[in-house]
Amino acid sequence: MATTLTINGETKSFDAPPEMPLLWVLRDILGMTGTKFGCGIAQCGACTVHVDGKAVRSCVLPVSAVANRAVTTIEHVGSTPSGAKVQKAWLDAEVIQCGYCQSGQIMSAAALLAATPNPDDADIDAAMAGNICRCGTYVRIREAIKLAASGRQS
Amino acid sequence: MITDKTLPSVSRRALLTGGVATGFLLAFHLPLRAAANEPVQKDATDGKFAPNAFIRIDETGRTILMMPQVEMGQGTYTSISAVLAEELDADWSKVEVQHAPPNDKLYANPTFGLQVTGNSNSVRAWWMPLRKAGATARAMLVQAAAGQWGVEATSCTASKGEVAHAASGRKLGYGELALAAQSQTPPKDVAVKDPKDFVLIGQPLKRLDTPDKVNGKALYGIDAILPDMKIAAIANCPVFGGKVGKVDDSAAMKVAGVRKVVVLDDVVAVIGDHMWAAKKGLEALKIEWNEGPNAGISTKDIWQNLRDAGAKDGAVAKSTGGIAKALATGDKFEAAYELPFLAHASMEPINATVHVKPDSCEIWTGTQIMTRVQSEAAKAAGLPVDKVIVNQHLLGGGFGRKLEPDMVVAAVKIAKQVDYPVKVIWTREEDIQHDVYRPVYRDQISASLVDGKVAAWKYKVAGSAILARWLPPAFQKGIDIDAIDAAVDAPYDFANFHVEYVRAEPPAVPTGFWRGVGPNNNVFAVECAMDELARKAGKDPIEFRKSMLTKNPRMLAVLDQVAEKSGWGQPLPARVGRGVCVQPSFASFIATVVEAEIDHIGEIVLRRVTSVVDTGIAVNPDTVKAQIEGGLIFGLTAALYGEITIEKGRVQQSNFHDYRMMRINETPKIEVIVVKSGEAPGGIGEAGVNAGPPALRNAIYAATGVALRRLPIDRKLLAVGKKA
Repeated sequence: MATTLTINGETKSFDAPPEMPLLWVLRDILGMTGTKFGCGIAQCGACTVHVDGKAVRSCVLPVSAVANRAVTTIEHVGSTPSGAKVQKAWLDAEVIQCGYCQSGQIMSAAALLAATPNPDDADIDAAMAGNICRCGTYVRIREAIKLAASGRQS
Repeated sequence: MITDKTLPSVSRRALLTGGVATGFLLAFHLPLRAAANEPVQKDATDGKFAPNAFIRIDETGRTILMMPQVEMGQGTYTSISAVLAEELDADWSKVEVQHAPPNDKLYANPTFGLQVTGNSNSVRAWWMPLRKAGATARAMLVQAAAGQWGVEATSCTASKGEVAHAASGRKLGYGELALAAQSQTPPKDVAVKDPKDFVLIGQPLKRLDTPDKVNGKALYGIDAILPDMKIAAIANCPVFGGKVGKVDDSAAMKVAGVRKVVVLDDVVAVIGDHMWAAKKGLEALKIEWNEGPNAGISTKDIWQNLRDAGAKDGAVAKSTGGIAKALATGDKFEAAYELPFLAHASMEPINATVHVKPDSCEIWTGTQIMTRVQSEAAKAAGLPVDKVIVNQHLLGGGFGRKLEPDMVVAAVKIAKQVDYPVKVIWTREEDIQHDVYRPVYRDQISASLVDGKVAAWKYKVAGSAILARWLPPAFQKGIDIDAIDAAVDAPYDFANFHVEYVRAEPPAVPTGFWRGVGPNNNVFAVECAMDELARKAGKDPIEFRKSMLTKNPRMLAVLDQVAEKSGWGQPLPARVGRGVCVQPSFASFIATVVEAEIDHIGEIVLRRVTSVVDTGIAVNPDTVKAQIEGGLIFGLTAALYGEITIEKGRVQQSNFHDYRMMRINETPKIEVIVVKSGEAPGGIGEAGVNAGPPALRNAIYAATGVALRRLPIDRKLLAVGKKA
């Protein structure tokens, strides 16, 4: 079934079953592998993308649900002000270890900062608790979000 | 496959203005997708200075360092590069890294004799070989320059990718010298630098691998994409050791996008155009399994089996003094500590992409054991080893799971059935239910106290001998040196000291290395027992330990410092406690204090963790901190939640809802202090994992008086009104 989506500002048309999760459309049909598969049941957040600016888990999101809505992925989030700040803070604070979950972490953090420019610890917990990091980079994630929010970045 | 590319602007800017005062511009080249027509695994040295297996410098000065160890988050690509570049006096801004191809002759880990990344030993094992490799190459470049100038090599100096002759003011870049250096005779035994002259080692250099990890460009094995590639989802037999019986694929083949159903001995795979089709196809299959002899096995039986085995005498690993006589005197203590099966659950689920052709087999994956993957794949493909190409990738976590080649072997068998490349992806459920598990351990300690000190210490470890399977020559005289690693290497001064090991393989359940390895069980048992003994002696846990660390100044120093930094001894509210852990693992000296609150129903709130680390020369102090922070969380996760249980021969957990991970909202403030040291580097990637569980358990002991002896922590024992 032909589907048309707006992903990262570009129109993409492809054949996919309407119930196919956006995650697999991105990865296996469109070849955009920055968005990661982690659990398939919205428990880990590795697959987080933005739909109309909000963080959602693409592994359980049927592609038919995002027709006519703006999808942003990790490949493009750097072109948004909050995404660029978060990416830079992630490097400044040297957050990343294996990096596999970090696409999702950055997408969640960018959505948080877009909605809540100066988050406190409770805001960070609420926005980020859906993203698992097996390497245990949580301390630095918190630090990097605060750094990005502070405007102290060089 | 690694090729040139331009760094995205965010990375370039971030690195130019990052926290390191040096302001190095890093040009890092991550593996790009291998185009089908691109030659792979060519290590072209034509026109380059290639003095050894690790260093390539071309005429432009571009410096490529080959990575014998794999990057799975521990920062080793940056640390190894810093060690090589330090002695090479390379221009750090021109350093690029490549994954080394499988080749034990060139890249075997000096400790294991295999191309393996594990046991927190990348820096330890390669420290001197890579310094020599760098220094040798540097000497050849200096010789080449001296030859061109007609001066003595000793009158020349090298720095930042240039050789200079101060007397005449002449300079030549390494690129300009590359061709001439290639024909120089390598010096036989070159001197390495005095550590006081280090300019890269010891600096918190920005990691080379992270810029492409913020924008989706970094490629893990699961990201391999090849022309005409299909995706496979698989079902392993749910019962350990069971086989496929009958398969009815009529409904599966009707699922849109399903291409083929492959039935192997113990695995069924559905190949589709994409993962969704493959998964839907798998759900539509009707599979009858021959469950085999393990269909009745449960965790309860496995524990009974282990307790029975642990009651027997073991092989003696170390014995000093007279243990029997010493145990018969003083105040006697006995305890047994038990640790559960654990899954690895790296964030990147298990996967391997394979293209089998009539005369070759090509693999795209991320593995900790390159050459074993290659040789096992060759067997599965029925091809000579040299016809198997392994394209290494970044690993989305390894933690020991990727020390096994099973996922690649299964993928080869599936790919043999088709003529196109297949990416085999395990769902998280398959990943958790068909792991190679951290074994169950039962650790028994008998001790006696005389005058408030431990006068006798008998420690018996019972558990699986992973090394007997994984590296058979290392299993000697009935002793698994991993299982007792930090048992024989106790930090304390015990006059009468005895360690035994009982090999006890759990029926049916495959066991393997899990981040922190043997020391996980040893450090837990030793540090729990030390806390219980301290209480028995009526002493403060830190003072009690210090009284037996007088011959261990490095450990004593970190323990003193952690006491100060953690606020040890300062008053705390009710049901809040501090617990300490001292560990000698991986040749690092670490003391940790966890502060935790236990609420009225027994739930645990982590308040604060402080670790002081003496790991000798810290090649990259920021990486050391990061590894301890992450390792602590990995270990605390296991203490709080980690347990794989078996019923009817099947793993009962399946995904992150029932195999839980710590999350950011549960993470306490963590402070890691890295001590300055001139000693040889220790291991760090796994050490933090060892520290978390005993320190937390001892904090709970302090807060509640309950002496937990099993993990994960049983909240029921900690509710108000309960007393152990």
